[in-house]
Amino acid sequence: MIGLDSLGTVWSEIFNFSDYGQLLPLLKNSIIACVVLGIVGGLIGVFVMMRDMAFAVHGVSELSFAGAAASLLFGASVVTGALLGSLTAALLIGILGARARDRNSVTAVLMPFGLGLGILCLGLYHGRAANKFGLLTGQIVAIDDPQIKSLIVISAVVAVGLVVIWRPLLFASTDADVAAARGVPVGLMSIAFMILLGLAVAVSVQIVGALLVLSLLVTPAAAALRVSSSPVWVPLLSTAFAVVASVGGILLAAGSSVPISPYITSISFAIYLTCRLLSVRRTSHRSTEPAHAT
Amino acid sequence: MSVVLRLERAALGFGGRALWEGLDLEVSSGELIAVLGANGSGKSSLLKVVLGQVRLWSGSATFLGSPVRRGDRRIGYVPQQRLAEDGVPLRGRDLVALGVDGHRWGVPIPSRARRQRVNQLLSSVGAEAYASTPLSSLSGGEQQRLRIAQALAADPRLLLCDEPLLSLDLPHQRLVSDLVDNARRRLDLGVLFVTHDINPILDKVDRVLYIANHRFRIGTPDEVMTTDVLSELFDAPVEVIRHNGRILVAGVPDHDPYHHPEAAVLR
Repeated sequence: MIGLDSLGTVWSEIFNFSDYGQLLPLLKNSIIACVVLGIVGGLIGVFVMMRDMAFAVHGVSELSFAGAAASLLFGASVVTGALLGSLTAALLIGILGARARDRNSVTAVLMPFGLGLGILCLGLYHGRAANKFGLLTGQIVAIDDPQIKSLIVISAVVAVGLVVIWRPLLFASTDADVAAARGVPVGLMSIAFMILLGLAVAVSVQIVGALLVLSLLVTPAAAALRVSSSPVWVPLLSTAFAVVASVGGILLAAGSSVPISPYITSISFAIYLTCRLLSVRRTSHRSTEPAHAT
Repeated sequence: MSVVLRLERAALGFGGRALWEGLDLEVSSGELIAVLGANGSGKSSLLKVVLGQVRLWSGSATFLGSPVRRGDRRIGYVPQQRLAEDGVPLRGRDLVALGVDGHRWGVPIPSRARRQRVNQLLSSVGAEAYASTPLSSLSGGEQQRLRIAQALAADPRLLLCDEPLLSLDLPHQRLVSDLVDNARRRLDLGVLFVTHDINPILDKVDRVLYIANHRFRIGTPDEVMTTDVLSELFDAPVEVIRHNGRILVAGVPDHDPYHHPEAAVLR
């Protein structure tokens, strides 16, 4: 029964809750970081969906990865590097890609460049191997406390920023022409949004890794939009989904030898699948109702 | 009847090319003016001038006595119909609510006054039935109704409509133009109504501004929509035929069937 044995070993590497009681207190800050990141990812994801910017998010995260990798190589702060990379990418995409078609091509041009630059830096870096891999696929447990605190502060800035510009951003994202006619500074809104997005991506890159940022910044909002169209419920659900995925991810990852990201992405994906199934039922139910008067 | 909007010796163009010059136009409260003209003649740009988004080359544009400015809440704007896509977390009432307070900072605070205002606007355009329907599952005509309610939210004095009937079927064209007409009578609004086809609003129009060839004509439909006037304006033999209360224009030089369906009918 070698097969079963090895399966058992794999299983205990993925799910292992021995000494869980002692582990949890050590993870306090990481858990807080996951909660805050979940809130930020869930909220900003709503606007990423509205503005159709999922691909741009991926592009920003690759440049954020490049910045973080360069920081590793030159011994600078990874948080600062990730921030510089993602803000540069976010502003470039925001300014050069005002129209959706331009935006996709600008993103597609920036993304491989960023990824290549990051790989170059990692290739030259001879420090801990876990750091290298972590930037691409997530590493929260490997981050030290001061870094986690700075991630929490950045996330808080994004959350507060989003709440402040919420309504005009919603207006501008729904109908830019009418919003502009109503005096909403549409151009300023889109730059402000790109800055907040850059900040959120820089935080996410360090927790779930550059390749998996979408699982927190897009999947939860996409799931929420499947089951609701209310401007109140969608952000609330999206936030709840993202928090469940990120906190659930760290709780499951705590006892295992596997990085956190597969847990987060799997939970996130499971939530999305569930919402999709629910929405199929919802729409088929709606279509059986008598059509409303036009 | 007081003057709401006044353009004096107004000229506009892009890239060194004039769209129109020497435009004098007064829009009074309660007056509906149809803005007609060929593609690219500067109809929508005229609205952008009034919205303070595009500056005149020369001349002046004043709204309620002061120069036009960006984001004046007393101007309502109904743009071209465009279906909201999936992925927009808004229902019918939320679109209207954006007209009430979408320009303010922060998150909306639900209140009874806000809800009542939205309900009142919804009922003013007969859209109560789909107040809670997701925007993405509403038809073009339903969305245009909501947009009119949204535009009326700030108690405007002037309503700018930019091809609001585009790609609507005939019953909805009639319905949406009736709504605009009702609103201007009820609220004594001045209306600038940009359209490529005057027929759906012919019985409601007070005056026509017809722009073509960098020139324009202003007058009642009877004065402007004639073979002589349009032929002179286009510098080409244009034929205007009145038939069963409809105006058919044939021979507009740069016509294409999509923008001048009436011309296509005659061919």
